[in-house]
Parts: sequence; structure tokens; C-alpha cells
Amino acid sequence: MQPSREHRPSARPSLWPWTFALGVVLVLVGIVVSWILVAVGAVVAVAAGFAWVRGLAGAGTLLRTGEVEPERRVEAPQEDGYVPPRPERFPRSVFLELSTLGLGGVIGGLVTVPALGFMVLPPFLKQKFKSQDVGPVTDFPEGTWVVTTFMADPAQGEVSRKTAFVRNNGMLGQYPSFTVISNHCAHLGCPVQPNGPLLGKGSPFGDEQKQYKDVTLIPALNVAGFGCPCHGGAYDTEGNRTAGPPVRALDRYSFSIRDGHLFLGAPFSVSFVEGTGAQAKIHKWSLAFPGEHVHGIESWLYPIQAPH
Amino acid sequence: MATRRRTRQQQMQDAILYPLDWIEERSGLVGAIRYFLFRKVPGDVNWFQTLGSATLTAFLVQVTTGVILAMYYQPGPTTAYSSIQRITNDLWAGWLVRGMHRWGASVFIILMFLHMGRVFLFGAYKFPRELTWLIGVGLLALGLLEGFTGYLLPWDQTAYWATTVGININGTGPFLGPFLAQFLQGGRYINGDTLSRFYSLHMLLLPGAIFALIGLHLWLVIRLGVTSPPWSKEAAGLGPLPGDPVTDGDGRVV
Repeated sequence: MQPSREHRPSARPSLWPWTFALGVVLVLVGIVVSWILVAVGAVVAVAAGFAWVRGLAGAGTLLRTGEVEPERRVEAPQEDGYVPPRPERFPRSVFLELSTLGLGGVIGGLVTVPALGFMVLPPFLKQKFKSQDVGPVTDFPEGTWVVTTFMADPAQGEVSRKTAFVRNNGMLGQYPSFTVISNHCAHLGCPVQPNGPLLGKGSPFGDEQKQYKDVTLIPALNVAGFGCPCHGGAYDTEGNRTAGPPVRALDRYSFSIRDGHLFLGAPFSVSFVEGTGAQAKIHKWSLAFPGEHVHGIESWLYPIQAPH
Repeated sequence: MATRRRTRQQQMQDAILYPLDWIEERSGLVGAIRYFLFRKVPGDVNWFQTLGSATLTAFLVQVTTGVILAMYYQPGPTTAYSSIQRITNDLWAGWLVRGMHRWGASVFIILMFLHMGRVFLFGAYKFPRELTWLIGVGLLALGLLEGFTGYLLPWDQTAYWATTVGININGTGPFLGPFLAQFLQGGRYINGDTLSRFYSLHMLLLPGAIFALIGLHLWLVIRLGVTSPPWSKEAAGLGPLPGDPVTDGDGRVV
């Protein structure tokens, strides 16, 4: 068919497109203001959209072929007494058509479903954090921040290197207390840095540095908080956001002590921390991606966290 | 004498054209290519209307250099960076082909935007070419995804942190964001699987989708013809259709 150069004559200009636009605007405003407005907007948009399309369709469709008078057969027996068979209700052609489509669908599904599952599911399964031995507790002097870098999965190489800021808070009653803060910025995951000079190889403040297997321990002096080089997020020494774009406090690692060694366990998210050091009260949430609110009304946008 | 020479010339031409003729008889491909290449266009098209072809050329450069880079690149968490170093520093002309791919990527994106701007300013997205525009928007999105997935492959600090930020931006999407981010990343953090899935997307899935959409895009361009510039006096696009009023050179009906 030749392409046409003009619109086919259609219904007169109507207000439905504008009503549709109004519905969309209500939905967008509603996302910020109120869920009721979202629902109203959605209803308006769907109804107006349908009316709009119905109006457009008034001109008829290109796809419908013209009406053809069905052929009529004379049912009377012919001269030799032969009666032509009635057309079947379910002829073989329809059966073959449906069985081809059905079998094709089944075969397609058998191939596609496992393949798609293999693509989608592995990132969500067996994501448990393996607890990491970061060396003897005595390597972490009380009251000093130690930049602790370890390989979460040595088979993956350097890419699996993670950093935690560890401070020994001394004893809380009969239990030792540590503050273990992740270096993943709560804005978009860049590496935050301690705001204070680092020791270690090549540092003008002293080359004090410890190595335990894959783990590197570098003490930091006079840490006044943490800062992110990417977009200027700033945190205090408990990881509470003090300035910039982050939406919550810095994540933390759980920890345990076995045979005199400090082990870092699964990380978790923190909305904010009250108090400091061993007395800190940590508002703890399951681990969320950077940039996600974990408390307050915005956290409603992330009702389910991916399993990990 | 003259007749005989002409006859001999004819015979020579026929002999040369015979292989093409053989293909045409069996496939109709020669006619199809002629239909594709030798189309009527408005008399007052200008250089701005070559931006689409320029974009296509940039894409083909990316495909060619990309296929060759893939012969030396080793996607793996401990091998990717060193194989890129080898391509750039050790292999003959590796720096050139990698440079073409790296800078060509920017050229491709810039040309897509220029082409889009031309179509917008010429009003060439209007009836009956809305679908061509929509497919073009799809191509733009796929092109940007190529940029996003390709950026991780050098596997250096820039690649790692840019991808971290990019994936975490996806993670802030409402409701499904965390799942999308974890799916893209192939786990909770960037790891070797992130690299290989980005590589797979970058060189198999996305280019395939781009090829398919370019095919549709070009088919619509051929079917609907090229638009005249907005200042043109000529009717847009196709030559006269059967039943059209006959006009003289100035567009007046004869």
C-alpha cells in the first residue's frame, strides 16, 4: 500500500488529549503530594486516553478488509445422489494452526524460562557476606581510627577490596566495643575518606602501618569526621550526615571477636546514631543501596530490599 | 561499422553484468539495493540531511573496531586491565583502534543528538514520520546504554567508580530500583560478573537491538521519503503519487 501524505479524516479536535495530559500531571504531582491524587490522576488519564483513542478511531481502520458476501452452497442432493459434506466446525487446518502455536509456545517456554532465570536470579542468590578476619584486636589501639582494607573475595582479585574505618572504643561493661564504619558514601557509593592525616608508607606523619594476610591497617590521626570526594558529602565521626547530598548515615559492619581476632560480619544500613563511641545508640536497618532513604516518608519508595 | 562496434560493446557489457544478472534472477537483491539507494529526494535537501548517514557511519566504525578489539580484550577481573594496557602499548596499531573506538563512541552520541536536533528543527518528526522519531528515541537510549556499559570495560579506577555511581543511581529508582541495581551489578557489589555481563550487553545484546532498530528506522525512511526543509516550496517527501495534481516547477497546479 502506498503511504499516504495526509492524515485520514478523523474526529474533530477534542479536549481529550488535554484531559489526558491533566491526568498525567495529577499523577506526577500526586507522587510528591498525596497517593490519593495519584489514583485520581491515573483514573482520569486512563479514561481520557481511552476516549481520545476512541475519537481517533472514528475514521475507521486501515486493517479491516471490505465485507464479502459469504458463499452459499446448495444443499440439495446432486443428480447422482451425492450430498456434499457440511463444512466442519473444527476443520483440520484450525487444529494444525492451534497445535503448531501451542507446541511452539511450549518449546519456546522450555528454552526461555530457564535461560531468563539464569540471567536474573544468580545476582540475588548466595549473596551472603563472608565474615572477614582482619587480624588481632591488639592491632587496633583504643581511641584510634584504623583504615582497614581487606579482600572480600580473593579469587576476584583487587576488585573485591573493601574498606572499613575501625575504632576501638574500649570496654562497654564486660564486652569490647568497636565502631566499624563502611567507606561507601550513602549518597552514591563513592569512597569516603577520614578527615585527618593518614599514617602509612610515604606519609609525612609517620610510616606506621600493619599488614595481616590480605588486610592492610593504616591508622589515621585526629579524625574530625569523614568526607566524600565525589559530591561533597560530609559525616561526623559516628557516620551521621552533617552536610551534602547523602540521605542517611554511613553503613556499618557488624563485628565479632574470635580467638582474639576481630572479624567483620554482614554490613547494615544506619539512619542515624545518637551518642558517641561505646555509648552510641545505632538506628539499624537492613542493608540498602546508597541513595535510598531507610527511614521517614521517602523510605516508602523502597518497600522491599533485594535479598542479600 | 558503427552498429557492429555498438553490438560488440553491448556484448561486453552483458558479459560483465552477467554475474549480477545471475544474482538478480535468483534473489531480486540488485533491484532491492537499487530501490534502497536510488530514491527520489526533494530538490532542496541540504547537508544537514546527511547527519543520519553520518550517525550510521559512526555506528559502523564502532562495530568494526569493537569486533577487532574483542579479539584481544580479556574480560575478567584480573585480566581486563592488563589486556587493555597490552592493546594500547604493545600491539601494533592497538592504540589507534582503541582510540577510534573510544573517541568514536563520543562522535556517535554527538551525531545522534545533532541528527535529532535537525529532525526536530525541520519538523521532520510530524505525520507520517512519528514512528521514525520514536524508533530514533529508542536508538538514542540504546546508544547511551552502550556508552554506560562500555565505560566499565577498561576496568580502571575511573571505570569502577563511574559504574558504581551509575548503578547506584539506578538503585535509587522507586520500588524496583534496588532490584535493578543488583541485577545490573550481578551481585551486591561490583565484581567479576559485573564486568562480564556488561561486556555481554555491550557487544551482543545492545548492538543486536541497535541493528534491528536501525533496520526499522531505515525502512521507514525509505517508505516515507525524505522531508523537504521547512522553507521549501516543494511538497515533502515522495515523488508524485498516482492521482496527484500535476504541478509545474514553482508548485502551481497545471
